[in-house]
Amino acid sequence: MVWITPSEWAVITLSLHVAFWAALLNLPLALAAAWVLVRRDFWGKALLSAILHLPLVLPPVVTGFGLLLIFGKTALLGQLIEGAGLPLAFHPNGAILAAMVMGFPLTLRAVRLGLEAVDPNLETAAASLGDAPWRVFARITLPLMRPSLLAGAVLGFAKSLGEFGATITFVAAIPGLTMTLPSAIYTQLQIPGGEDQVIRLVCLSIAMSFAAIITADWLSARVLRKTGVR
Amino acid sequence: MLSVDFTHQYGTKRISAQFQLAQGVCAIYGPSGAGKSTILNAVGGFLRPASGRITMNDRVFLDTQRGIFLPPHKRNLGVVFQDYRLFPHLTVAQNLDYAGKGLNRDIIDMLGLGSLLNRAPHSLSGGEQARVALGRALLCKPNALLLDEPLAALDAGRRAEILPYLEALRDHSPIPILYISHAMDEVARLADQILVLRDGQMVADGRSANLLRDPAMAPYFGVREMGALVIATVTECHPDGLMSLNWGAGPVILPQNGCKTGDRLRLRILAHNIILAKTPLTGLSAQNILPAVVRKIDQGQGPGALITLHCGGTDLLARVTTRAVDQLGLTVGSDCCAIIKATTAARGDVGKIA
Repeated sequence: MVWITPSEWAVITLSLHVAFWAALLNLPLALAAAWVLVRRDFWGKALLSAILHLPLVLPPVVTGFGLLLIFGKTALLGQLIEGAGLPLAFHPNGAILAAMVMGFPLTLRAVRLGLEAVDPNLETAAASLGDAPWRVFARITLPLMRPSLLAGAVLGFAKSLGEFGATITFVAAIPGLTMTLPSAIYTQLQIPGGEDQVIRLVCLSIAMSFAAIITADWLSARVLRKTGVR
Repeated sequence: MLSVDFTHQYGTKRISAQFQLAQGVCAIYGPSGAGKSTILNAVGGFLRPASGRITMNDRVFLDTQRGIFLPPHKRNLGVVFQDYRLFPHLTVAQNLDYAGKGLNRDIIDMLGLGSLLNRAPHSLSGGEQARVALGRALLCKPNALLLDEPLAALDAGRRAEILPYLEALRDHSPIPILYISHAMDEVARLADQILVLRDGQMVADGRSANLLRDPAMAPYFGVREMGALVIATVTECHPDGLMSLNWGAGPVILPQNGCKTGDRLRLRILAHNIILAKTPLTGLSAQNILPAVVRKIDQGQGPGALITLHCGGTDLLARVTTRAVDQLGLTVGSDCCAIIKATTAARGDVGKIA
């Protein structure tokens, strides 16, 4: 009874797979968006910032419905992307996409704060020592942002592990394909007499969250030390 | 040869500068807000002036007429910023070799950086940070050094510790050094040339020895900063801690302060530290009573006058009251004695020339 069943394993590995890729793929996107929002001035900047942060405040089911409209089986863009060999709707990739959209505002906020904290004077100093702008970015800006990049990734990962509304709306909860931990718990709750299974899944969920938090704390302490902040 | 000629507008404030610098230290002196940093930023490429032309040897940094602006990373200048700007995520050694041109042993030794190489920048004292920043700028093998008030963040003790390094740099390095400062004691110690800046405009540009004893500069430097800069050689060190110096004619006695026989010194003799007497007095505690001739008398706004003296082959400047000028009957051509108390020569006013 203590051992994890194959179907539970499938739920756990899918949840980790979705959260890992959502967090990882969001990082470069959040970095690019943060750069534009922090370092560039242009008309419509406030509007862009609002749109990027929208999934934070919208009911997740609305975001999921929006994803269906844009990337669904019947939507033009969805068909194009599926035709290019990247199925999204009712597919793990879709779960990753939903988790990315939901986690993006959190990752962006962390990365943006990190970029704002980088002293542009240090970049000037690096330029005076002969570095072209892209080298300054690679050697000064990015390394100094390490703590915030890690924080952004951790937030995105955590958000993805718990994401439910947008995911179940966009990709449903197909066992072994799109059923993540929250949607598995929800599905079990709908079955009369499934409480034992729900308790098991809830315990797994708590254990995974603990492990994620402890790993994140350990990583950030390491990164802060390396960045010369501590 | 660094050649600078530009004008820039900040809102209603106009800043312009025209000067040339072949080698040695050129100090840009002026109060805060006079536009000193604008000049450094224009030369460094951190600012794009509205109009003008800046060249270094045969390289054009800026030519607004031809639309040329060379970005900072292509100018090959060594810059030391006021806040040092060491990279916090790198060790001292990595900071020093940021430009990737190798850790030159001579420079490491000259700045005493050998024991700091594995340290993290945030663990360094202010003086150590200043030395690392200086080393980092030198190790990029620059064509010129730009120093933006590198000692302003340090206390008096640390400043006294760094100044000899800067003197060594001035005397050993063949590249021009632009030194921004609002501290006249540093400027007097280091500069060969001084640009005086007021409200964004250059009001004087000359050899430091000439400007510091030019009464016309008193409104800019402050009368208490005026005085002669003389080059002297240590001829003898006495067991009582004093030394004899020669700057042309007649020995002068001053405290040793770690100098050795044969050292060449650059002394700043402040005008208000000189007492004038009509005849050679006896029974005085002052060690130096030098015969002098009055060359020029400049009446100030207040009760004081600046007297230019010719003394031992060099010019000195003395500041006395106009009442004393009248009482002594001093006029141009008068013979008199300049009395210099040995103890008025502060340690910071005596610099070594390598």
